[in-house]
Amino acid sequence: MSGFDFDVIQRSVWYLFRDGMTFTVTLTLMAMAGGIVFGTLLAMMRLSSFAPLAWVAGAYVNLMRSVPLVLVIFWFFFLVPYIGAWIIGEKTPIKVGAFWSAVITFTMFEAAYYCEIMRAGIQSIARGQVAASLALGLDYWQTMGHIVLPQAFRNMVPVLLTQTIILFQDTSLVYVISATDFLGAAAKVANRDYRLVEMYSFVALVYFVISFAASYYVRSLQGRIAVIR
Amino acid sequence: MNYNWNWGILLQPEPGGTGSYLQYLLVGLGWTLATALAAWVIALAIGLVVGTLRTTPLKWIVRLGNAYVEVFRNVPLIVQMFLWFFVAPELLPTGLGDWIKQMPPPWGSYVPAVLCLGIYTSVRVAEQVRAGIQSLPRGQGMAGTALGLRLPQTYRYVILPMVMRIMLPPLTSEFMNIIKNSSVALTIGLLELTGRARAMQEFSFQVFEAFAAATVIYLLTNLAVVLGMRALERRIRVPGLISAQGAGSH
Repeated sequence: MSGFDFDVIQRSVWYLFRDGMTFTVTLTLMAMAGGIVFGTLLAMMRLSSFAPLAWVAGAYVNLMRSVPLVLVIFWFFFLVPYIGAWIIGEKTPIKVGAFWSAVITFTMFEAAYYCEIMRAGIQSIARGQVAASLALGLDYWQTMGHIVLPQAFRNMVPVLLTQTIILFQDTSLVYVISATDFLGAAAKVANRDYRLVEMYSFVALVYFVISFAASYYVRSLQGRIAVIR
Repeated sequence: MNYNWNWGILLQPEPGGTGSYLQYLLVGLGWTLATALAAWVIALAIGLVVGTLRTTPLKWIVRLGNAYVEVFRNVPLIVQMFLWFFVAPELLPTGLGDWIKQMPPPWGSYVPAVLCLGIYTSVRVAEQVRAGIQSLPRGQGMAGTALGLRLPQTYRYVILPMVMRIMLPPLTSEFMNIIKNSSVALTIGLLELTGRARAMQEFSFQVFEAFAAATVIYLLTNLAVVLGMRALERRIRVPGLISAQGAGSH
């Protein structure tokens, strides 16, 4: 413990945050936005009365929840170039950087988890509200868009945010495809200067402070926005 | 898509000479399960103790338990892996640290992986235990006290036997999480199932066969866990409680 070198942190802290943390936060926010939108659609499919739609969404969600995230990251890292080539009609796999590969992976993966949250949210809305809305002549999309989803979303905001904190921590797994996220940036400095103890301790501390502060905020939010019934 | 499918690769020998690629992956599954099970023992032991202590009236013990939970819940798993693998041996006395670093593979990665996963999961188990205890009617603990039981006795004979049975469904999903999370150990060099699928892809260039095979093996493992736990749940169900599997049919 005597040789703890604070200097290496001081030297690299700007690089860690400018390159690494920017990557991590951008990835988290994009995957959150994409994941919530796609997850809500999946939830609507799962609750659909059209059985094949419900089955497909259910199979997708269960598949994503049954395999390790690391394996999903590998899958998409290799699959996305082929899918991209297929979409634009290329013969050879297209080049997709680690960042976009990660954005697609986390959007698709987290959507399965957001879906279950939104499903619980939608199911928490009283059935009479849907009946009333249909009686007023609103169609399915209007009922969902104006009546059900706004309330479901509000009820689920704390849970969605908690899931986002988990997502924020999970993005560190992009290490396995050598992306330069916060952990990846620190790992590069650690291996270059042979300062693994300092760098990894610092990374753990930063992740802890951010996640702890965020979950503290979510807990206080939970008390404030709860709808009194 | 221009991809040369070759499912036969699974039956071809892997370069290490231990058998076919399929056997290579199944040995990986063995390591996945060995890691998950050993870590599960740690997670249950610590989780039960910490979760129980957090419901006691002892203020500073509750605070200590809360601190433990917050620390291990707010640091990503892969970072904790690195702390156990790279940092912990350096902080120990030199002799012990060197002994750990010189452990032959795969033990050099297996032991830190088990410790890391065990403690990481213990926090989640502790949360389930606490929620389970708090879901019991308060009257049960009070009845224990009224009967003249001390606090430890109340926990031992009244509260925990109930909680253990109530907690089984959430613990099943934690157990499935620990199997999935053990894949993170590939980052410290443990060749478990996902690690071996990646290695197979590097040796054979058959990317999708390797990952598809690993995916199927994970799905089958999950199925086995779900079925096993469901049978166990049915056997230890608390009579009279509403449970997911349609209680009251017996």
